[in-house]
This record gives sequence, structure tokens and C-alpha cells, in this order.
Amino acid sequence: MKNSISQIKKALIEKKISVSELYDEYLVKAKSGNNNSFNLVIDRENNISSIKDSQNRYDNGNPLPLDGIPLGIKDLFCTKGIRTTASSKILSNFIPNYESFVTQQLLNDGSIFIGKNNCDEFAMGSSNETSYFGPVINPWKNKNSQKDNLVPGGSSGGSAAAVAEGSCVASIGTDTGGSIRQPASLCGIVGLKPTFGSCSRWGIVAFASSLDQAGPLTNCVEDAAYILNSVNKHDFNDSTSSNHQREDYLIDMNNSLEKKVKIGIPSDYLEDVSDDILNQIDNTKKALSKHGIEFVDVEFKTTEYALSTYYILAPAEASSNLARYDGVRYGVREDGESLDDIYLNSRTKGFGDEVTRRILIGAYVLSAGYYDAYYRQAQKVRRLIKNDFQRILNEVDFILTPTTPNEAFKIGDKLDPISMYKNDIYTVPTSLAGLPGISIPSGLSKNGLPLGVQFIGNYFEEKTLLQLAALAEKELSFNEQ
Amino acid sequence: MSNNWEMVIGLEVHAQLKTSSKLFSSSPNQFGSEPNENVNFIDSGMPGMLPVMNFGCIEMAIKTGYALNFKINKHSVFERKNYFYPDLPQGYQISQFEFPILSEGYINIESGDNQKKIRIERAHLEQDAGKSIHDIDPKYSFIDLNRVGTPLLEIVSYPDLSSADEVINYMSSLRQLLMYIDVCDGNMQEGSLRADVNLSVRKKGQELGTRCEIKNLNSFKFIKQAIEYEFQRQINIIDGGGEIEQNTMLFDTSTGETRAMRSKEFSHDYRYFPDPDLLPVNLTQEQIDKIKPLVGELPQDKLNKYIDNYSLDKDIAKIIIAEKQNANLFEKMISESTVKPKFIAAWLVGDIFAFIKENNLEVNSLNEKTKDITDLLRLISDDVISNKVGKEILPKVLNSEGKPSELVKELGLEQVSDSGELEKIIDEVLVGEEENILKFQGGSDRVLGYFVGKCLKATKGKGNPKLINKILLERLKK
Repeated sequence: MKNSISQIKKALIEKKISVSELYDEYLVKAKSGNNNSFNLVIDRENNISSIKDSQNRYDNGNPLPLDGIPLGIKDLFCTKGIRTTASSKILSNFIPNYESFVTQQLLNDGSIFIGKNNCDEFAMGSSNETSYFGPVINPWKNKNSQKDNLVPGGSSGGSAAAVAEGSCVASIGTDTGGSIRQPASLCGIVGLKPTFGSCSRWGIVAFASSLDQAGPLTNCVEDAAYILNSVNKHDFNDSTSSNHQREDYLIDMNNSLEKKVKIGIPSDYLEDVSDDILNQIDNTKKALSKHGIEFVDVEFKTTEYALSTYYILAPAEASSNLARYDGVRYGVREDGESLDDIYLNSRTKGFGDEVTRRILIGAYVLSAGYYDAYYRQAQKVRRLIKNDFQRILNEVDFILTPTTPNEAFKIGDKLDPISMYKNDIYTVPTSLAGLPGISIPSGLSKNGLPLGVQFIGNYFEEKTLLQLAALAEKELSFNEQ
Repeated sequence: MSNNWEMVIGLEVHAQLKTSSKLFSSSPNQFGSEPNENVNFIDSGMPGMLPVMNFGCIEMAIKTGYALNFKINKHSVFERKNYFYPDLPQGYQISQFEFPILSEGYINIESGDNQKKIRIERAHLEQDAGKSIHDIDPKYSFIDLNRVGTPLLEIVSYPDLSSADEVINYMSSLRQLLMYIDVCDGNMQEGSLRADVNLSVRKKGQELGTRCEIKNLNSFKFIKQAIEYEFQRQINIIDGGGEIEQNTMLFDTSTGETRAMRSKEFSHDYRYFPDPDLLPVNLTQEQIDKIKPLVGELPQDKLNKYIDNYSLDKDIAKIIIAEKQNANLFEKMISESTVKPKFIAAWLVGDIFAFIKENNLEVNSLNEKTKDITDLLRLISDDVISNKVGKEILPKVLNSEGKPSELVKELGLEQVSDSGELEKIIDEVLVGEEENILKFQGGSDRVLGYFVGKCLKATKGKGNPKLINKILLERLKK
């Protein structure tokens, strides 16, 4: 079992290991690059002073909350002086001169960045196969077909694989329709998407602004609380950042929940799912029932519309968010005879197929004559989906669902976009509602591959959500398997 | 021929707001900086950058709402207007579309001898784009992003205007109001106020024709020229059996002609949608009410006050209220002295404005000299010096060459109002003028003017003309 942040900090405080030794341990694994989980591993040179400062703080007995902890950063966060590509050709030469709000918090808390994690291009994908830097390989193998390379999920596939393979202690990812939770599930780790508005989007390459949210991918629930404590802060520079009072998510983390808890299981989510998936829900139910937690069936009325709604709204926003990548001011420019040619060539050659597809869909649903039928209609349905969640969360404290409809699949297996989109069927509705969701590993499939379950809580109720997840984690003992 | 035709015009006026920073970024909102000096990561459209609304722009919009009789909407929404151009780094302009901050306003303008109400459909906030410069290099275009993100208020009128003169009156009234409430500097040359003119023609009494939009006119002269040219162009097409195509036109300032930039077929589909990076603007009644006192006196209020309270002639009052700085100067002088406002006004629009014009000065530059000016006017109105001497001294006072009373003394220009002294001078003047004296006594009034002139000359202009007149009459009647 991998060491948690608190265990590592203990070892650093007790001088069983130095910050430098710890860093090198992870750096070696990251550099081996077996699973292609990094687009860029930061040179040791660049981190030397941070390592020294961190060690000094340990030596002086006043370490910061994440002091010396080696982290992976999804290559969607702008990092000052460090190439940031969004796994796209069009940004393959882009070095920002600013640090995203979220990564700045992580630096302020003493963590050290190993590198930039591979991801789907502009976070568009569910298998990490759309990356310009090639697919990421899931560290897990199908025990019945060992030679196959499996996808890690996406879009934060590099982050999930890096945490699972042990090349960083934790990684910060982003989730638009499941991009943290789904790869966490397929790689057997914990992934948390906080409530929309928790973590500032400032400095994160935008995919769909009304859905994008940063969050941790970690080995355990407690680590997720460590990272969330650092990054969950109000930011004046993000107009959608909530300015509510944040809690310390580590305090009382492992105490049982204060009141009697009721969890709803949406029966409509479980129609036509495999035994593998049903087992995850049953195991979780059994494990938690011991603690007097009550389970009830609930039923959504809007589930069948969620994916279509998402695949109208997210591409609509993306088509506009990605307009700035035109080859004029930064990024890769392809020459042309005229201005239009420069745009056309730069964007045609700079974007991959999936990104192009979504830009086209997005432009279409916003265009004159189609706006009302698609975009406006989708906004209305999104409202209904939110209301649907509110209705259910008035009856129950949390919702339990599978995280994914299937285990990790082979690289190159899902060629048809629609079947790829269906991978996010359990995570997309939560994103549309803006609610927090956490995926924790719950067991193995018949093929010996990890699967996860998702807990969904009410807005800004990350504290109790983490407490519940920690309890479930302890009872399911996935990490001891 | 064109007698049977009339033009129908609606105006879209872009007013640049006088905020210190941009609409969605903290970069300075400033004209005349070095290229790309006022540009930050947000303005240059860097990845992951987010807009944050400058509430000062909302306050200025609310002020405008009051001044132009608008309905001020509590709920308004910023949307993205998507199109590609190198001086638009984000690939979209943030603007208001479905829910503008102001709707259904109006102003009254003069049309001939009458007042005409011009209805205004809406006004919304939006970002300006940067500038593309194509004429520096034969091969390359240059981009200056200083103007990117500058706050604009776009004021869209109904097609209530029906002549170039009305358009000019409307535009200058708007300019005057926006400058009064201090939201726009009104500098058309620098592009702080620009107009898009929508014009169609029709035979009197017939239905509306197809309109063309002439983009980006930034002077009254060009607006007038463009309208007159476009009016004739459209009439010629229809008279020649053609049809008007709905085009976007450019006005060529060198030829004075309009020409088509793009037709409706090729018009952009801007794919507007609410900007997900920004929350809708939701104002409370308190927030709106709080702005009202900041609007201050509007030109019409001042005009009435000047005529009713200060007994100014309408024409003079109008000259003073034309620009807020004139009115400010005038009111400052009134508050600082007991000279009659009417007397001050006459000098202000006369010699003082003439001096400003000749010397290319800003009206505001006189704000520190008002005390000296009114001191001088006091000397004139008290007959210490004559009008004529006043006119001579004024430039010296305005050039700060000395205090009025000192200047008068130094130059020995005090008016001679001592009747004994004047009698002596007059008696000398009348020596050897027996013939003219007889003429006067015979009924020739013109001779009086001749004598007054002679006496003034003898006093080197310092003699009090009223007193000279009086003494002369006494002497001549003898």
C-alpha cells in the first residue's frame, strides 16, 4: 500500500527520509515514463531551491501543510515558466508567465511539482487517447489478458495513472463531466470533484466554464482532504468563485458522521448494468449498513437527458473558449496566404479530431436558427436536472452511484464517439447540477480491474462527503486488497 | 428629384466610458499610450484568464440611464459575441445582448424651430476591440491591443431621425449630456464617441426601405457627408430601377463616398450566448437610487436656471451651457463675486471665449483666474475703467501679467471721473470749435459724437464717457 500524505509528513518530521530523497524517489518513477503519464517532468535543477526551503522548514520544526510533498499537475493548469500544453499541438510551445490560482496555493503550502500530467486534449475525452502526446497507459492490467494496454480513463488520465503508478503522491486534475472521478475509478484511486465555485478557475485552460472544476486525485480520502484544504479558497479574480466560509476538511475526518445518515441509490442508474458494477453498489451498501446508515431507493426523472444536455452545453462553451487559439499571439502558427488561411491552417492542424468535433458541434448549437432548439433548450433541461437533484437531496443526505458503467477498456477499443461519451453517464448529471462528487475504489472486477463508487453530496457539503467517503474507504479496505 | 424622397435614420453611438480601468481587467483605460502598453494577460486573451467586472462601468451606465430617461434594468446579462479578428484576442467580444442594462429612453432635440423627441431603444455595456494598423508596412499588419477591453456604452436609437441636421443635433445633444454627467470625455477625434448610421430612403408616406449601415464615423463633418452621399446613392439606385442591398458600408474620408464592406449574405453569425465566466448583473433598487444624486444638473436645468434666475438671453445661456466646463466657469465666477451674472455672461461669451479660441486654450485653464477676471469686471461695471480699457487689460489678466487693479494703476488707465478735471479738458477741446457748436445748437446731433470722440482722445481714452457726455451737453447748450 502506498504512503499517505500524513505518513510521509511523519517520516519527514522524524527524519526517516529527507525532502530530497523523497523527491528523487518519485522523480525516478516519473522519468521512467512507462505509462506516458507526464507531458513534461520538471528538471531537478528547477526544484532544488524549493527542496532546500522545504527541508529547512522541517529542520526548524515549522513545516507547511503540504511541505515537500511531490505532486503531479494536470497539464491544463498554467504554471509559470513551465510549458503548459493542454495536451494540444496548438499549445505545444506555450510557456505561461503566470501561475494558476490553484497551483499557486499548492506551492504556497510547500508542495513540490514533479511535472505536468498528460490528459485528453483540452480535457476533451474519457480515455486520455485524444492527447497530442499520445495515450496514457493504465498501470493496471486485465488479469485475463495481461498483454493488453488499457486506458486510464480521462480526461485526467495522466494524473490518475501517475498517482496509481506512484510517480507522484497526488495530482491536481480538473473535472468537467467526470474527468477526475472516471479516471480515478478506472485506476483504483480516489477522485474528488468539489462543488462548482469551490476552486478558482483562474489560470486553468478553459474547456467549459460553467462546468470546469479543479480537484484532487489521491491514494486515499484523507489525502484528498489535504489537497482540498489547500486549493479550496475564494478568488476575487474568478467571478464564479464562491466566497462562503471554508472548513478544515481534515478535522474530524475520521470521526463518524454526527447525525443519522440516509443515502439514496438511484434505481434508474442501475438498469442494464453488469454484475461487476452491481457488486460495487452492494458491497458499499453492506459495508456502510453496519454503521446504521440507511439506504433508500430514489429515482431521477431527468437521467436520460443528461448526456445530450452536456454534449450541447459543454461544446457550446468550448467552441467559444477555444477561439483564442488562433496562432496569432502565442502557440503554434501555421502560415497561410491570407488571414483566413492562417486561422484555418493553424486551427485545422493545431487541434485534434475530438476537439474539432466539439468546436463544430458547439458552433452549430449556438448558430442563428438553432440556438433556441439546442442551446436554450439545453439550459432549460439543465435547470430541471438541478431541480431533480434538489428534490432527491431533500429526501436523502447523499446519493450513491457507480462511477463508471464499465472497467478500464483497451486502448483503441472505443472508436465511436457516442459509446465513449456514455462512459460519463454517472458523472455528467452531477457536473450539470454543480454538485460535489467523490469516487472511491470499491473493489475489483472479474478481470481484476479496479472499479469505484461515487458519493454525491449537497452544495459545499464537502466536509461530510469526505467523512462518509473515509468511512466507506475504511470498511471497503480496497487498499489492503 | 430628391424632393419626393425622405431619409429614415437610426443611430448606434458608441461612447467610451471615462473609467480609470477597463471593463473586465485592471489595465489602465487611457488614450495615447505606447502601443500595447496598457495590456495585461486578460486583455491579450491568454489561456485561463477570466474577466472580472468593473462596477464603475455599471455606475456610469446607471447615470446615463437617468440622464437619457431610460428604464434602468435590475437584471442584465453579459454575453459573448463570437468572431475572429487579430485585434480581438479572446475570439469574442463581451457585450450585452438579450438583457441590456438600459432600455426605452429618449432625448429631446431641436429640429428647426421645434423640439423633437428621439426615442432610444436601448443602451448596453460592451468591450471595445484593439486596433489593426495596415499602413505601416507593405507586408505586415500591426496590432495594438491598448484599446482591447475598454468600456463602451452602445446607445441605439429608434429610426426617428430624418435629416443630417437632426442626426448632428442628436449626436451633439448626446455628447453634451454624456460629458455633463462625466461618463465620457466626448473626444470624437480620439474615438471616444463614434457613430454607426443606419439609413434607408422612401418616398414620402411610403413604407420603410432597405437600410444600409455606415460604420464608425467619428466626426460631425463625416457624419453629415456620409449621410448626404448615402442618401443620394440610394435614391440613384432606386431611380435607376435597382434595389437596395442590405449592406454594411464604410465611409471613405478622402473621397467623401460610402462603399460596401460586406453584404448581409456574408454577415457574421455572432453566436451570442451568456458568458459563463460572468454572473448576471443583478442590481438592487438601493444601488440604483444611490447613483441618482451623482447625475447633477443637466444642460436643460441649467438653461432654465440661467434664463429665469440670472436673466440671461437664451442665445447667450445656450452658448454657456453648451459645454459643462463653460457652465462651471460661469457659475464659479458668479459664486465668487457680486458682479451681475448677466454682465459676466456677456464678457464670457464675448472677449473671454474669443481669447481662449485665439490662444487655443482649454476653458478649464481659466478656473484658477476667475477671481482676477471678476475683479476686472467689477472695475468695469463700477465705471472705474471704461469698457474699452477693460478690453485692453483683459488679455493681460488672462495671461497672468498682474492683478487688474495694479495693471490699471501701472498703466495709468483709471477712468477720469473727476468732473473738475474733465471740465477743464472739455473747455480746451471746445476752443476754436465755434462753427461746430453753432451746428449743434442748430439741431445737428451728429456733432455731439464728434465732440465726445475728441474728448476721449484728449483723455487718452480714460475719460468716463457718460460724464463727458453730460458735461458736453451742459456746455453746448450755453
